[in-house]
This record gives sequence, structure tokens and C-alpha cells, in this order.
Amino acid sequence: MMKVFKWSFIAAIFAYLYLPIAILVINSFNVSKYGYEWKGFTLNWYAKLWENEALAQAFLNSLLIATLAATAATLIGTLMALALYRYRFPLKATSSGLLFIVMMSPDIVLAITFLVIFIALGIQLGFWSLLIAHITFCLPFVVITVYAQLKGFDQYLLEAAQDLGASESRIFRLIIFPLVFPAIVAGWLLSFTLSLDDVIISSFVTGPSFEILPIRVFSMVKVGVSPEVNVLATLLLALSLLLVTFSTLLLRRKH
Amino acid sequence: MVINFRRFVIVLTVVWLGLFVLVPHVLVLLTSVMSPDPQHLAVWPLTLNSWGRLLEPLYAEVFWHSLWLSTLTTAICLLLGYPFAYIVAKLPGVWRGLLLFLMIVPFWTNSLIRTYAIKLILGNKGLVNSLLLASGLVDEPVQLLYTPFAVIFGLVYVLLPFMVLPLVSSFGKLDGTLLEAAHDLGAGFWQRFRLIIVPLTMPGIIAGSLMVFLPAMGMFYVADLLGGAKNLLLGNIIKNQFLVVRDWPFGAAFSVALIGIMAVLLWLYFLANRRINRAGGLDDESF
Amino acid sequence: MTRSPILTLSNISKRFASQEVLSDFNLTIQDGEFFTILGPSGCGKTTVLRLIAGFEQPNEGQILLNGDDIARIPAEKRPFNTVFQSYALFPHLTVFDNVAFGLKMAGVDVQDIAVRVADALAIVRLSEFATRKPHQLSGGQKQRVAIARAVVNRPKILLLDESLSALDYKLRQQMQLELKQLQRQLGITFVYVTHDQEEALSMSDRILVMHNGQAQQVGTPREIYESPRNLFVAQFIGEINVFDGEIVQALGEYQYEASINGVVREIRCDHRFAVGDKVHVMLRPEDLRIDCRPDVAERKGFPGIVLERSYTGQTLNSHIELENGQTLMAHEFFDEDDPDFDYSINQKVGVDWVPGWEHVIPAERSGKA
Repeated sequence: MMKVFKWSFIAAIFAYLYLPIAILVINSFNVSKYGYEWKGFTLNWYAKLWENEALAQAFLNSLLIATLAATAATLIGTLMALALYRYRFPLKATSSGLLFIVMMSPDIVLAITFLVIFIALGIQLGFWSLLIAHITFCLPFVVITVYAQLKGFDQYLLEAAQDLGASESRIFRLIIFPLVFPAIVAGWLLSFTLSLDDVIISSFVTGPSFEILPIRVFSMVKVGVSPEVNVLATLLLALSLLLVTFSTLLLRRKH
Repeated sequence: MVINFRRFVIVLTVVWLGLFVLVPHVLVLLTSVMSPDPQHLAVWPLTLNSWGRLLEPLYAEVFWHSLWLSTLTTAICLLLGYPFAYIVAKLPGVWRGLLLFLMIVPFWTNSLIRTYAIKLILGNKGLVNSLLLASGLVDEPVQLLYTPFAVIFGLVYVLLPFMVLPLVSSFGKLDGTLLEAAHDLGAGFWQRFRLIIVPLTMPGIIAGSLMVFLPAMGMFYVADLLGGAKNLLLGNIIKNQFLVVRDWPFGAAFSVALIGIMAVLLWLYFLANRRINRAGGLDDESF
Repeated sequence: MTRSPILTLSNISKRFASQEVLSDFNLTIQDGEFFTILGPSGCGKTTVLRLIAGFEQPNEGQILLNGDDIARIPAEKRPFNTVFQSYALFPHLTVFDNVAFGLKMAGVDVQDIAVRVADALAIVRLSEFATRKPHQLSGGQKQRVAIARAVVNRPKILLLDESLSALDYKLRQQMQLELKQLQRQLGITFVYVTHDQEEALSMSDRILVMHNGQAQQVGTPREIYESPRNLFVAQFIGEINVFDGEIVQALGEYQYEASINGVVREIRCDHRFAVGDKVHVMLRPEDLRIDCRPDVAERKGFPGIVLERSYTGQTLNSHIELENGQTLMAHEFFDEDDPDFDYSINQKVGVDWVPGWEHVIPAERSGKA
């Protein structure tokens, strides 16, 4: 009885979360433009997306930014986690406090702080500003994942490595990196996800020189219905699932 | 030249966070007390004018409405997320991992596109109304879109995972023997819930609420797509001031108000953590 | 002192996901005794405790408290309290509130709570720690709070689950003494679960030895140590040397001649045997005598050589290999007349014991030890 209730509740929550996704995917193959009823299967909208050069470009730009930002955030975040775990330095408490603030701040606040600093520094709004902003808001999630893993392992491991004559950079390369690798992969995926999902920050820190999906889509869907968007959603979902399956398999083979 | 690895890592950490987090926040605070200027965005002299304008009825009304929508969103997320997280946290590792993964998957379609899908569901010809009409419960479509209901529906949809994840982590850290001990000392289900479970998962409750409540105030695109002209959020005003009207000090004042609310909630979060002797912050692994 | 049974487990079976942990298990605990359930990890001892506490329900059988079946009564309604292995102190509550928790649940009046908590804290000597939080206490102090939190409810039975295992050696010894005193002072029945035989021997009135979900032997510490009923009990409690023998002649009731390693010796025992029965003749290391006189003809007992010897302060412990390859352990106390007494490795010796000190049980296995 309790068990039935439990699983129905879980199922209901997931139905809520997946219903919109299902509608997007189904409608991407629907002949009907408005998607209120099924009028037959078509790949027409996929072809339409292909022809809509600006939208296709924004789609590729989004993927590019998500990949670059996730990679850079993982790299920098792993080093930051190491600094917070292993070294004493002035402003250490401030640094971890700032990471915490980035994690907790609502996107709208972060968006404004990024906008202000880019203008103040004279950085043109576009590719670089977007990349820096995405890296920064992904950082705390990488740091926290890697830091947790670092804290989990035997502290004497690093001392043993040091005792055996390894330099700091070698300790990182030969001991720390392999041990926290699963956390690094998790941090990368989380960053990729957050970057791809972002709307608010991107709206503030990019300019006409570098358009990404949410900006382009926003103008399309605000006024009406746009079947190409269904196609985009389906492609994004499929690509991400492929990516995750691939990385999970890779991770499993390594361990 | 040999680059000192240790120094490189430390400098990278401090400079990046200083330049892209600390300085920008200070600048926003500064901007909020500067004078607006359409050409140069914000100029001297310092003034509290923008702060005073927060109290103008037009903006105060949006502010309260936004606060109200966010509060309701947070409450609903907590109501759905708390039992959900409890059930998930108690599952064996493989299942827990799978369900949490399934919470993340929708993110890959971008939240704007998902919000657009909700618009399709709630529209006059949408799924909900089609079902209502077909079942004969109503004769003509119910106006769901462009109502506070639609905004809350969308906000809960986008933000529920942010409530669930900290809660699952909190429940994961809840030591089962404490519940057995309470059981052993004569506490029934509600007493265990009220006296042990809730206080010990309070950091998760507050962290989750923080990660739902504040972002909810900023989700301008949800209000734009689902709320219509009457259901604006604080984020709509801020975006408007920064990107359209270009009154930066006024927009900054709103943001600082949001930061202020965040500070209060963070303080509560640390209190709750200290009460059960956890460090809080990055050491807490709440996320 | 005569005691009456307070708790009886009869024909209890418990399965976890088709794995049988206990089957047809029986146990009687007397009112007011310090009862210990002793066994290696995985033997089912903790399951017995959790069945008594009410955290688990038996699949079959009865749990009788003064004659009433309580097997279906939930944990919070049973008049028992538990001291958990990890202490399970509520981290968000002060020492006072932890100890007061059970009384509050029982709806005891606020003033009574204050008095009773103060009393309980005085008993465990933590009166001045009432306002502290658990994380501000040492391991020993946490242990005492856990005990106070349980006894303040005046349970009919106090259940202790490996409660001392987290403490270091010295503190553990001290807490053993305190627990025993506390039990005498309160007159409450204690059921203590442990894998530590020394702890069990030093504190208990009676001990149940468990293995693979089966009760092996119930008895006083002396009975368990001196007259183990089977090989498992003999080998789990302390160290023991086992000789394989065969009864060759009955000399009288409980008195036989047995052939041990080819030598016929007189043995005494509390079993009846027939001629030809295989037996285990068991001796504790401290009951063996080593004869190290240089003249082979004068040496008594089984001949052997010293493999290893070690000095422990109180005793000289030696490993001796007999001619048939069997290895024995002997612990000898130092003799004041001969402070330099020691053996050299490979020294030839004889191993013997005082007649009547052996403990004999029917053989459980064939072959040499």
C-alpha cells in the first residue's frame, strides 16, 4: 500500500517533468504546425532547421560555448578545488565564500554583475564575454564535486607521494588527477548541462556578433509557434544523451 | 623558467574570483548609488535616488507580486520535493543515481524551450484544455495561459530539481540510527518527523528554498512567455532597466535588494547548519 | 539469589530477504541480571538485540515479557531502552534535551523531567555538561550521555549494542567497571551485545555464546571459560590447546583412561563415554606445565621442542611443537625464585598438566589439531 503510493508519487513527478519534453519531441515529427493534434509523420521541420541558417548557427554556437565553458570550468575548477584543499593562502576563506555566493546567487544577479564588469573592463559583448561568464557560473559546481572527492581520500596518499620525491605538479598529474577523475567527469557534465540550460545570463552578456540559442529562440517563440524549436529541443536532447552515454561507458571502462 | 605550480594555482584562484565575482558585485553595489545617464550608463554624483524609487507604487506592486509568486513557487516545490527527496534518498544506490539523473535530463533542452512547451500545454488549444473539453468538464477553454497559475506552473517546473538535489543530500546524511533512537525513546511518526527529521534536514530545506526562491524572482522569460503583461517578475524590471531603459542605477538597486534577501537566507542557512554542527558552505557538500 | 525470568524468546525465526539469520532460537533472561550475548560478527547477536528492542519483527515465534507476548508491539511502546553502538545522540539537542527526550515523549511533567534528568546526569557524573551539545563531548562522555538517556526512562531492560567498542582500551576498561556498578546500583536487567570475550567475561552474570545464528552455550563466565560445551566455544573464548584422544577404559563414573598421542592417561570429565569414543582433551595455555630438566629420562609429559617464546611482562608464552607435529601454546607465570627463567629456541622440553585440569568433550572432527 505504502509502496504503491510511493511509486505513484515518483511517477507523477516524472510525468510532470517529462510531459513538456515529450510534446516537443513528438511535435518535431508532426505535420501539424501548431502541434495541437497529430496529423502525420514528417521530417520536414528538420529540413527547415537546416535551411534556417541563423538558427542553425545559434544552435552550433550554443554547443560550442557549452563544450568550451564546461572544459575550461572543469580545468580551472579542479585547480581551485586543489588550492582550497591543499594549500594555505591569504584570501582562502574569501575565495571559498565567493564560490559559495556564485552558487547561491540567482542568475539575474550574476547576469548583472557580469554585464557591469565587462562594460567596466571594456570587453566587447560577444564570444569572450559569454565564455567567461559561463565558465564562472559553472566553477562552484566543479569545485564542490572535486573537493568532496579530494576530502574523501586518504590524506597520507599525498604525503606518501611527497615523501617519495614527487613535485607538486607531478603529485597533481600522477596522484590527484587519476583519483578525482570521476569527479572531474561529473563536474564537466554538470557544467555542460548548466551552460546549455542557461537563458538569463546569456541574455545579458552576449551581443549581436555571437548569437546563441536562447536569444534567437526567445524572439521566435515570444510571438508565435515555431516548429523548428521542437526540432532543436529533440536534437539537443539526443546529442546530450549520446554524449553522456559515451562518457559513462568511457568512465566504466577506465575503472 | 620553471613555473611554480602552487603559486600558479593560488594566483589563478584568487585573481579569477576577485575579478569576475568580488569586483563585479562591488561595482553593482556602487552603481546602485550612482546617477543614471543614458550615454555613460552610470555617473557621479552618488545619490540614493534609485533606492527611493523602489518604493514607487508601480514598482513596489511588481516587487510584492513577484515576491508572492516566488513564495508560492517555493512552497509548492518544498511540498513536492520534500517527500520526493525522502523517497529517493532511501532508495538503493543504483536507483537513486538513475532517478537523480532523470531529473537532470530535461535541462539539456534548455529551460527556455521547455517553458515554450509549457505554453503549448496550457494554451487555449493545448493539451490541458483539450482534455478538459473532451471529458466534458467544461464547455469552452479555460484561460490558463497568462495567469499567475501559469507562471507558478512554469517556475515550479524549471526549479523543482534545485529544491530536490540539496534535500536528497540532506536526507542522505540523516543518520538512520537517530530515528531508531527516537523510536526507542517512545517517539511516534509525527514526533520523529517534527523533532528529528525536520531539524536535521533544515540545512537542505533552506538551501533548496534559497535556490528556488531567489532565481524564481529573476526568471523573466517564464513571465514573458506564460504570464503576459500582468504577471511580471522582478527579473523583468531589472532586465528592462538594464537592456531597454538603460537606467543602470535603478536596475542595480533592484539587484542589490535581491542580494540583501539572499544574505538573510544565507545567514539562516548557516545558523541551521551550526545547530547540527556542520560547517556549511563549500565544506557542506549540500549540492 | 534466586531470580525469575523477565524475558523469554521462544522459537524465534528471522529471515532477511530469504536469508535465515535465526531459526528456532530460544533464550531466557532473568530479572536483574547482566546478560551478555557474545559472538563473532554476523552471528546474529545484533539481530537478537534488535528483535528485543522492537526494531525488527520475528517471522515466527514469541517474545514474552513477564509472560505477555510483545513481538508485535512497536519499539516506542516497549519498556526497553537501547544504548546504541554509535551512541546516536541527537546532534541538534543539548545533553539535557537528549536525556529528557524519552521523558518528554512519555508526557512526563516538566518539573519531574528536570529532576529526573539531573539525577541521571549525576549518576553518570555529567551534571555540569547539561548545556553542551554532543559534538562538544569526548567519546567517553558521549557514551555516558547515551547511557543516561536510556536509564532515565527506568526501562525494564537496558539493551546495549557493542556500546564500548568505539572507546580506546583504557577507557573501555574503566567503562566496563562503571557499567557493572551502574547495573548493580539500578537493579535493571542489562542485555549487552559484544564480540569481545574479555568484556563479556569481566562484566556478565551470564553469557550466551552465539555462532551462525545458533546458541552455542549459556552459562556463567566461569562455566563458559572452564567448561566450554563445544570446540567453537572453547576456541572463541580465550586460547586453548586441543588433543585428540580415544577412550580405552572406564575407571568409574566420569573417570576414564584415554589414549592421547599414543600415551594412555587418566582423564576426568562431566560426560559419559563408551570405550572407543573419540574425545577432545582441552587445556588452557596457563594449565600446561613445561618440564625443562636437561635429562631426557627425568622429563615428564609429551616431548617437544620450543619453537618460539615471548615475554609479556606477566607471563612467558611459548609455542611448543610436539613430535607428531602438533603445536601447543603454554603461558607460565614467572617464579619469584627464578627471575631469569626462560627457554632457548629449539630447546627440548616435556609438556604435561596436572591431572584433573583437562576439559573433555566428545570429538567433533577427526585428525590432528
